[in-house]
Amino acid sequence: MQIKPGLPWKELPLGGVIDVPGSSVEFHTGDWRSSRPVIDLNKCTGCMLCWLNCPDNAIKIKNGKVEIDYDHCKGCGLCASVCPVKAISMRREALEEEERHGSKHKP
Amino acid sequence: MNIKQLAEKIGNNSWFAPGHRLCAGCNAGIIAKFVLNFAQFKGYKVITVLATGCLEVATTIFPYTSWKTAYMHNAFENAAATASGIGAALKSLKKKGLLKEDYKIVVFGGDGGTYDIGLQSLSGALERKHEFVYICYDNEAYMNTGIQRSSATPMLASTTTTPSGKVSKGKQQPRKDLIAIAAAHDVYAAQTSVSHLQDFWKKLEKAFNDQPAVLNVLSPCTRGWYFPPDQGIKIAKLAVETNYWPLYEVDHGRWILNYEPKQRKPIIEWLKTQGRFKHLLQPTQENEKLIAQLQEMVDKRFEYIKKLARATSE
Repeated sequence: MQIKPGLPWKELPLGGVIDVPGSSVEFHTGDWRSSRPVIDLNKCTGCMLCWLNCPDNAIKIKNGKVEIDYDHCKGCGLCASVCPVKAISMRREALEEEERHGSKHKP
Repeated sequence: MNIKQLAEKIGNNSWFAPGHRLCAGCNAGIIAKFVLNFAQFKGYKVITVLATGCLEVATTIFPYTSWKTAYMHNAFENAAATASGIGAALKSLKKKGLLKEDYKIVVFGGDGGTYDIGLQSLSGALERKHEFVYICYDNEAYMNTGIQRSSATPMLASTTTTPSGKVSKGKQQPRKDLIAIAAAHDVYAAQTSVSHLQDFWKKLEKAFNDQPAVLNVLSPCTRGWYFPPDQGIKIAKLAVETNYWPLYEVDHGRWILNYEPKQRKPIIEWLKTQGRFKHLLQPTQENEKLIAQLQEMVDKRFEYIKKLARATSE
């Protein structure tokens, strides 16, 4: 069964067993991020090193190229540091926000 | 290992799910994911057993789990004992005809759960020759409980229980040699690093075919070693390049050195990257002496492994 936070304790499964494998995918760690990786797909050669080295499994494969899952990416920047062609750049979330809304981001 | 083939086969269905709460830039996540990817690629069925540690507490916070394999929680000290029990149970079920498939048991433990607290159960299970692969992700202190020293902490590193200051210059004792202890049980034991995944893959292949096996993997910790989260792989690589972390294996008493850098980098290059060695960087006479001492220790250890490799090469 799917256990959601806030479920009354009487309805929890016996022993607190979690029978949905990999259920942590529903917990979004993306809001931890202070900088976001941005991939330049023109430079990307599809070597998959970032996919292999992402500790959060937040790099997904789509048509032989990589794509970032911003719901789970914690913004550590390991992908940018292992990229051999420097196709990934880290951008401050605050700046992104500013560009998106055209106003100063409040700290 | 061919990364493209691996990516093609695993795709977005890794057995290690995202959404776990390891720190940003934690290398233990890469290790766990890589080992599971390996098992998935080879088509093994896996039972994972975890000793308490960062990886365990961050990936299994109720009501979530990041594991898509069968998973068993353990205390610090009994991960290898649990693995032995699972192995015995599988054997018994097979004998009775209740189980047809083969399962591989993979144990993950940190350096606290392996070097210190779980060493007795690991030694016992290795001696009894239970079949499992033990992966120790070595981040060189008790990171889970707040960066206390462990027997894997290198000499002169500052931790919360061996702080650097006026009186002390960090930990005074050199680190324990886990691989030599494991190798003394006449099993396959190897040391590898998260920065050298090809080497890691080869060792996993050997370990899964020659159980029990112990792998010790260097896993830089961004919080405990004090470095920016994107530097983990580079620091692990530098540890290999400076010979601080030699890549070697012991195959039933036969020592093999897997990698020797053409030009060994001085240990100071590696110390410079981490805040836990910050107190050694002021150019005083005492510090220079301590660093020279550390350098001598690293070189001596590397020469020792080389000598053993030569002596047992027949």
